Amino acid sequence: MSGTHQATYLGMPAFPAAADASTRNTQLRANLRHATHTIRAKRATAVAELDDWSPLRAAGAAIKDRTLRHLDHYLEQLESAVTAAGGHVHWAADADEANRIVTELVQATGEREVVKVKSMATQEIGLNGALATAGITAYETDLAELIVQLGDDLPSHILVPAIHRNRGEIRDIFAEKMAEWGRPAPEGLTDAPADLAEAARLHLREKFLNAKVGISGANFMVAETGTLVVVESEGNGRMCLTLPETLISVVGIEKVVPTFQDLEVFLQLLPRSSTAERMNPYTSTWTGTTDADGPRTFHLVLLDNGRTDTLADTVGRQALRCIRCSACLNVCPVYERAGGHAYGSAYPGPIGAILTPQLRGIQSELDASLPYASSLCGACYEVCPVAIDIPEVLVHLRERVVEGGPVSIRGTRTVIKPAKGHAAERAAMRAARWALDHPRVLRTGQRLASRTRRFHPRRLPGPGRAWSDTRELPKVPEESFRDWWQRTRGESGTEGRKTT
Amino acid sequence: MTPQDPGSQSTQRPGTQSTQNPGAHSPQNPDTQGPGSRALVMARIRRALADVPRAETPDAVPVERTYHRVHGDRTPTETVDLLAEHLADYRAIVHRADAPSLPALIARLLADRGATSVAVPPGLPDSWLSAVPDAVRRVPDTAELTPHDLDAVSSVVTACAVAIAETGTVVLDAAPDQGRRRITLVPDHHICVIRVPDQVVDSVPEGLERLDPGRPLTWISGPSATSDIELDRVEGVHGPRTLEVILTGSPAGPETAGQS
Ligand code: SF4
Repeated sequence: MSGTHQATYLGMPAFPAAADASTRNTQLRANLRHATHTIRAKRATAVAELDDWSPLRAAGAAIKDRTLRHLDHYLEQLESAVTAAGGHVHWAADADEANRIVTELVQATGEREVVKVKSMATQEIGLNGALATAGITAYETDLAELIVQLGDDLPSHILVPAIHRNRGEIRDIFAEKMAEWGRPAPEGLTDAPADLAEAARLHLREKFLNAKVGISGANFMVAETGTLVVVESEGNGRMCLTLPETLISVVGIEKVVPTFQDLEVFLQLLPRSSTAERMNPYTSTWTGTTDADGPRTFHLVLLDNGRTDTLADTVGRQALRCIRCSACLNVCPVYERAGGHAYGSAYPGPIGAILTPQLRGIQSELDASLPYASSLCGACYEVCPVAIDIPEVLVHLRERVVEGGPVSIRGTRTVIKPAKGHAAERAAMRAARWALDHPRVLRTGQRLASRTRRFHPRRLPGPGRAWSDTRELPKVPEESFRDWWQRTRGESGTEGRKTT
Repeated sequence: MTPQDPGSQSTQRPGTQSTQNPGAHSPQNPDTQGPGSRALVMARIRRALADVPRAETPDAVPVERTYHRVHGDRTPTETVDLLAEHLADYRAIVHRADAPSLPALIARLLADRGATSVAVPPGLPDSWLSAVPDAVRRVPDTAELTPHDLDAVSSVVTACAVAIAETGTVVLDAAPDQGRRRITLVPDHHICVIRVPDQVVDSVPEGLERLDPGRPLTWISGPSATSDIELDRVEGVHGPRTLEVILTGSPAGPETAGQS
């Protein structure tokens, strides 16, 4: 990874500029389009198999709401249960503290190498960079994360982080870089996916068999029992969770669920929303440590890093329900065009547009522009398995950008001014304009759900207001933004223009 | 809200091993203000939840469980058939055998793969491997077995804790007839025997009900797979490349049915 930890994505241009650059990259867009459309179609089929999807989704949202409204209670319960089962619990108020805790835990083992399961939380805090600074090498073991790591690149999708790379590029990365990190790629490596997977298997097996320390995140933590859950496909998760002597899991405090039974809801919602499978190939659960089976030492690092600030916002709080399935990315017309990197954080797509500005605040131009990285078409809300009303939060955050208001920053209630005055306004303006200038982005969005109709931009909220005040915006009780666009601008005109 | 001092460690149950380690909150360096961070985060949470009425208990937040316990109405035989179908959908190879023919089938599957060694959980019924020739080395699952040792093992044979038909999943809970988690992970070929119909349930909710969260659980739905390269599915990245499932039961099961 280039740059220092924490700064992983900092220094990124604001969303519109980054998005503009990526929409000019035809390879990226073709890869993204293929991938998102494929997963989207498969997901619809997998979901249709369950005729109780809607009550499942409602239960998923309700369980998370219950947890969030009583988060202190559930975290205390979790801590007791994990400790009783032989684990050690640590609390990290921010990224630096989490990184320091993990670094010290690794140093205490005397090891200089760790194997890692793909984890959004450790991406978010820039753990790999922090470890590198301390002379510890972290090996990513998810195939896509490996591709990203070897390519000195950044992930661009929650589920398939290397979605922006095609097989030819992957072959070249493996052939060039594997030797620097361990076992070299086989001679004459082809770009057949099976060959590439085999090269990764051989390269990583060496690491798994020798690893003394594993680092993971978790999809869920059960308060009642202290059980952690990792959902995966490849088996690299199982390797990292069971072969090392020490396991360190860094998990956001919002990942707790009250009871073991609650997993019945999430283990139905998550795989179908995420990989569009009835069930992912592997799910591992562990409760503390077990004699002679798996790591002898288990550390859980509970991460705040902006989550409590998000919790303090009664509208934005729902973003903490997210189970990171990535379904919202795959239906988002803006994500499809812009690509994951444009969002400048570990969380791309619609969820990134509402989560990042809450976790990090809206002080930077990039973060202030994120609530504008959307056409408000409502498709993300429709697919979200825990019913996060992303458009509602986007509009709410746009208001915050323009008008300021009460927020919580590192736990302290404060009233902020409109974000960095003109710079942020310009960024947000450019973002709104960027979306409006990319009609296909809007047109390919799914039809507005009727319940999102209240978000139709009679006047654009936020900095877009000045812009919309000088233009005729639709009176739209019935018509979707998309239809309006098509009607007023038509198929021709800018629609056909090349963006490459 | 829990009316507890946020900085208190009194929530830790008595008699736990790790509480005597103050480093549980701040590893190594006592200056990292670990306990301070616990109090800090808890205090932030309580402030953030100022809108939640003090008197509200967690249970007062409604969670309606109106979703189905089971999707569809099946006879036990239909449930087993559905399991077989869904396992095969995700590239597990499914076989059926009655109790008398089980040892011969296991021996044949190992021979077909050219297995020279097989990892054996301590509680695996003796009869299951009774037809496997002595030339196939038995590798008992013991604490001394290292990952490197296991890497040299061809196959593993285990039982399971429960199987879920609707999702095509077998769940292992590290009981003596299944062994430690690593033995079904490192070897490239896993033969898993499911007793039907007793060990088969319809749905995820029914499956969870049968499981003990205190045990390490591994849910397996087909062999290891990745779709990270242009979304082409490839089997066998890190776990076993081949998962063979044997459905074995007394009730007049057909003779060995071979691959589906
Ligand atoms: S916001 Fe919803 S759809 Fe998007 S990743 Fe999170 S859970 Fe999935």
